[in-house]
Amino acid sequence: MNSETKKVLTAPLVNDNPITLQVLGICSALAVTSQMSTSLIMAVALTSVTACSSAAISSIRNHIPGSIRIIVQMTIIASLVIVVDQLLKAFAYDVSKQLSVFVGLIITNCIVMGRAEAYAMKNPPMASFMDGIGNGLGYSLILIIVAFFRELLGSGKLLGIEIFELTKDGGWYEPNGLMLLPPSAFFIIGIIIWSFRQWKPNQVEKPDFKILDIAHGEGGHH
Amino acid sequence: MEEYISLFIKAVFVENLALAFFLGMCTFLAVSKKISTAIGLGIAVMVVQMITVPANNLIYHLLLKEDALAWLGITGVDLSFLALLSCIGMIAALVQILEMILDKFFPALYHALGVFLPLITVNCAILGGSLFMIERDYQFGESVVYGIGSGFGWALAITVMAGVREKLKYSDIPAGLQGLGITFISAGLMSLGFMAFSGIQL
Repeated sequence: MNSETKKVLTAPLVNDNPITLQVLGICSALAVTSQMSTSLIMAVALTSVTACSSAAISSIRNHIPGSIRIIVQMTIIASLVIVVDQLLKAFAYDVSKQLSVFVGLIITNCIVMGRAEAYAMKNPPMASFMDGIGNGLGYSLILIIVAFFRELLGSGKLLGIEIFELTKDGGWYEPNGLMLLPPSAFFIIGIIIWSFRQWKPNQVEKPDFKILDIAHGEGGHH
Repeated sequence: MEEYISLFIKAVFVENLALAFFLGMCTFLAVSKKISTAIGLGIAVMVVQMITVPANNLIYHLLLKEDALAWLGITGVDLSFLALLSCIGMIAALVQILEMILDKFFPALYHALGVFLPLITVNCAILGGSLFMIERDYQFGESVVYGIGSGFGWALAITVMAGVREKLKYSDIPAGLQGLGITFISAGLMSLGFMAFSGIQL
């Protein structure tokens, strides 16, 4: 694997993560993170759609008129999502019921559209495919971290296998019901972003408003 | 009538698209820095939602659903797998038409909302509303109420969020949490607040 491919694949994991840095694609997916199994399926679905749509759009990029490119991109993405949706319905019906509308919402997931618009329209198909995989993996990483904590703390299980024995079955762990509710996903992502930025301080955003430190005299004249 | 009011309250508070289903999060986080822009986007989402959900409902019930083509004398056809494609196409087309109508007849409104309209085509809240409508098998009347309610709920959430963020910028926040991090945590707290409405039945 040459270095360019490697960079395209690994940069979106931490250094340029679509969720924590570019604020893309958090939309639909958080609702599926209360269990590991649904999150894994969602991650695979999104990664394959992103990769295939990027490759497809990139291969016809020189033939798409600029003014209707969004519609063309959307049609390609929607068709791929329909394929994924039908495959899930055929081979994993229970999971597809649990994911409900969120598979369909991959269409409007900003990562898919964002990569098509920002990368695939300017680069050859193979590189776009890799870029799609990379960004899909960056998204999957966050999704799986969130699901790991939510399922472990919320129901004491991972992928349905009991890890902590619950008090109601005579064990020691009292499940944290909050973890199964939507707000916990926001808190966990907030904490993930915080830890990423402690680790890579160059990702820290500049405050809009600087608080003057009066006690140490930096506040100037007062 | 009662069930419509109940559906409306549920769509606005209990099943708030932004805070309970995380829909439209990208725009929710990106455009909630100022109250005035947040209100503009909120109204635009509400208007589009109000039109697209009933429109998609008609398309689904008249063309796509199993045996929906019976009025044409064709039976045994199930096109419901095309729902995704037709929903997104319908939304894109309606937003485009709305933009043209506003530009032609209500220029002042167009200047206020115009910049947000293209954003709305790819807003998950809009597509999500239509997909929920299909999944829950709403009739036409319910779909109108659901469209208005869910759009209003989203608008309410983003306006409140913008209010919180306007104050938030004056607080002393750890460097790593600055910006996006603290926004997520406040969205979580707001979502907890909205959950207090769950269980309300009229």
